[in-house]
Amino acid sequence: MSLTQIVFIILAGLALLGAVGMVALRNLVHTVLSMVLAFLAVAGVFVLLDAGFLAMVQILIYVGALAILILFAIMLTRDMMDRKAHVNAAQWPLALVVAAALFALLGVLLVGASWPTVTAAISGDQVVALGEALVGPYALPFEAASVLLLAALIGAIVIAREARA
Amino acid sequence: MIPLTWYLVLAAALFCIGLYGVLARRNAIGLLMGIELMLNAANINLLAFERYVAPNSLVGQAFVVFNITVAAAEAAVGLALIIAIYRSRDTVAVEDIDLLRG
Repeated sequence: MSLTQIVFIILAGLALLGAVGMVALRNLVHTVLSMVLAFLAVAGVFVLLDAGFLAMVQILIYVGALAILILFAIMLTRDMMDRKAHVNAAQWPLALVVAAALFALLGVLLVGASWPTVTAAISGDQVVALGEALVGPYALPFEAASVLLLAALIGAIVIAREARA
Repeated sequence: MIPLTWYLVLAAALFCIGLYGVLARRNAIGLLMGIELMLNAANINLLAFERYVAPNSLVGQAFVVFNITVAAAEAAVGLALIIAIYRSRDTVAVEDIDLLRG
């Protein structure tokens, strides 16, 4: 087993640990910390996939911005979740069965499938190439994404703003 | 070299854990976090297929950029909705938000 495989297994273990903690822990602040662990491990997986720029974006947006945003939302809505209340809905055993069944199905399909993989070295600077691709062949979706972000920004402000009497 | 299947199985596992979170959590914020985890699993798949099936094509990386953009927009609007609902109904438990139930 090579070193990169060991690194992958460690990162995958951390990601799964964080993900399980995220859905299983009772305290909402602890679930956010667990989510941060999962997202950091996923950023490590991105590095293994030779996508260093996206790993940094992952850390900046998910670990930096999103975790803080969710923490603020938890603090703003905090007092409704007292410590005795159930964190899971009544249908959680059914949800567990559905999720486990989907994973079993996907696992069987993925392990059985054979993909036409090619092994080629990464050539050139990926960040430069990605930047040129975003203003070249992907210019239109890039602009659409920026409009979407603007709309979401304005929408979030309008929705969350306190209604003036 | 790490086999492609390892990445796909990891992504499938993260997706299913996120799905469980979405289906089982009572708190609407926990539900949003499950959705983010599922989007992250999709990103792993996109990058893994680019690296192993079409290296240097940048298709996967470009899609991941758009996916992260959509995830950020979804989180911002979703959390704003949750805060607005909390303000008007004093709850973020999903089974209590049943205004549209017939």
